[in-house]
Amino acid sequence: MSHPSAMRIFLKTIVARAYPRFVAAYRNRAWLITETLLPLVGTIAMIYVYRALHAPARFLGFVVLGGVLLAFWQNVIWAMATQFFWDRGAGNLELFAMAPTSLAAILLGMALGGAYVSLTRAATILLVASVLFGVSYSLSGLLPALGVFVLTISALYCLGMLLASLFLFYQREAWQLADAMQEPIYFLSGFYFPVRSLGAVVGGVGSLIPLTLGLDAIRQLILPGTPQFIPLSVEVLAVVAQIIAYAALSQISLRYLERQARQDARLILRST
Amino acid sequence: MDIAVETRALRRVYRSRNQEVVALDGVDLRVARGQRYGVLGPNGAGKTTMIKILVTLLLPSSGEARVDGLDVVHQFRELRHRIAMVSGGENVGFGMLKVKEQLWMFSQFYGMPSAPSKRRIGELLERLGLSEAADRRVSALSSGMRQKMNLIRGLITNPRILFLDEPTVALDVGAARDVRDEVRRWMAEDPTRTVILTTHYMMEADELCDRVAIVNRGRIVAEGTPAELKQRVQQNAIVDLQLSPGGRLLDALRAVEGVAAASVTEQDGLDRFSLQLSNDAALGGVMRVVEGSGRQIRGVQKREPTLEDAFVKLVGRGMAEEEQA
Repeated sequence: MSHPSAMRIFLKTIVARAYPRFVAAYRNRAWLITETLLPLVGTIAMIYVYRALHAPARFLGFVVLGGVLLAFWQNVIWAMATQFFWDRGAGNLELFAMAPTSLAAILLGMALGGAYVSLTRAATILLVASVLFGVSYSLSGLLPALGVFVLTISALYCLGMLLASLFLFYQREAWQLADAMQEPIYFLSGFYFPVRSLGAVVGGVGSLIPLTLGLDAIRQLILPGTPQFIPLSVEVLAVVAQIIAYAALSQISLRYLERQARQDARLILRST
Repeated sequence: MDIAVETRALRRVYRSRNQEVVALDGVDLRVARGQRYGVLGPNGAGKTTMIKILVTLLLPSSGEARVDGLDVVHQFRELRHRIAMVSGGENVGFGMLKVKEQLWMFSQFYGMPSAPSKRRIGELLERLGLSEAADRRVSALSSGMRQKMNLIRGLITNPRILFLDEPTVALDVGAARDVRDEVRRWMAEDPTRTVILTTHYMMEADELCDRVAIVNRGRIVAEGTPAELKQRVQQNAIVDLQLSPGGRLLDALRAVEGVAAASVTEQDGLDRFSLQLSNDAALGGVMRVVEGSGRQIRGVQKREPTLEDAFVKLVGRGMAEEEQA
C-alpha cells in the first residue's frame, strides 16, 4: 500500500494542529486581555520597582526583554509541554497516537498555533513598555539579536518537546511539577535582572534553560553596558548545542516514553 | 480464508501498587476480511482492552495480535495507516472548531491532500444528514450529531479495518439507527472492508454483525453467527415473566426443576424475569414459587430466543448481573 510520505504527514500535522489555536485566537478575543494586557501590567510593575530604586536606564531594558521572552517560555510550558495531560482527558491523545503521524509534529503544531498569541504578547510588551518608559536599544545589535532570538526560541521548543514526553509519561505529577518550577525558572533564567548577578554556579545551572543564555546574549547585543555572564560567542554556541541536544533527546525520549505509555496504558482513557 | 484480525493467547494484565487485574485472559480470535464482527459482553468484560490493543494504543502483556497481517506490537507504524477507531460518547476535538474544520484537521494527521479530504467530508456529511451542521461549532452539536461526526472522522481516511467501540452508547433510537445504517452502507461499498464492533447491546450485535464473540471476564465464552449462538438455547422454551417488585426471587426460580437458566432486569418499575425452561412442566413449578413470594404477575410471554438468552445460558446470569458482580 502506498501512503503519503512521513515528511508530508509531519508537515500537514503541524499545520492542522496549529489551526485550532489560530481559530481560537480569532474567534475568542478574551486572550487579548489575559495574554497581553495583564502580562504588560506585570512587566510595567517590575519597571517601577527599578525606577523606585533609581537603577540605571538599561535595567528597564532588562525587564522589557525578559517580559518578551517570558511569553515564549509560558507558551512552551502551558500550550505545549503540559498539553498531552489535557488531551488525554479529552480523548484526543488516543486519536493523535493512533494516527500515522508523530507526536513531535503534534507538539510543534501546538507550539506554532500558540506562537501567534506569544508573538502578539511579546510585541505589545516590547513596543508599549519601550515607548512608555523611553527604553533605547543599540541599533547595530538588532539584527544579530534577532538571530539569537530565533536560535533561543528553537532551543526552547526542543526543550518543550523533551518536557512534553516526560509529562506524557508522568502526567498529573508532571503537570504539578511544571506549576511548581515556574517561579524558580523565572529566577534562574534572569528574566528581570542580568544572570551574572546569580554567580557562576547558580547561573550555570540556570543556563540549562535556553532562555538564560539567549536572553543574556540578546541583552549584551542591544543593551550596551549589560554585565557579561560569559562571552557572547560562547553563549551563542551553547544555545546551538542546546538545539541539537534537546532535539535529539526529545526524539529519543518521545519514542521511548510513547512505548512505555502503551505498555502502562497511559495513552488511553478507559482500561477495560 | 483471508484474515483481517487474528489474536493468539492474547493476555493483558493491568498492574497497580496493590492489585493486578486480568482484563484479557488468553483470547484467540479470527475475523475474516469483509465481516462485520461483534464483540459482545458486559462492561468490564475486556472488550475495550482488546480494541485498544488492536488499534496499537496498548501493548499486550503476552500473546500475539495481527491486524491486516501486521503485528500490532512491532509493525504499528504501518498499521496505523490502515485502521480507524470510533468510540461511543467521544468528546474529542475542539469545541471552537466548525464541524468541517475538525474533520479536516483529523484527516491531515493521515497526510490526506486537502482538496480530496474536503470533498470526502462534504459527501459523508451529506450522507449522514449533517450538511447543514457543517459550519456549526462542534460545541453546539447534540450527542447524536456529534457521534455521526465522529463516525465520519473514522471513515474519511478510508480505513481497511474500522474499529467501533460501543458506537451507539447513549444515543437515541434514531441516531443509533443512522449510525448502524451508515456502517452497513460503508461496508457494502467495498467487500474487503472489515468492521470490528464492541457493544453490550445484544440487539445491536444481532442486527448488525455477521459473527459475534461473547466475551466475559477476559475470555471468549462463545463464538458464531447470531443465529448459531441463539440456536444453543433453541431447545429451551423462553418465557418472560413480569412481576411486581418484591424480595429476592431469582435464586428460588433457578432452583426450580426444569429451569435451565434465569435472569432478571428492571423494566418500567417491574421485574422482568427471563426463564429458559427445558420442559413445559417447569412452568407449574415456577408459578408456585411466584405465588409463594407474594408478588403479582403482570405479564407472561413466550418468545423466540435472543443473544441475551444465549449469554445467560453460557455465563449463568444476565449481563446486568454480571456487570454488578
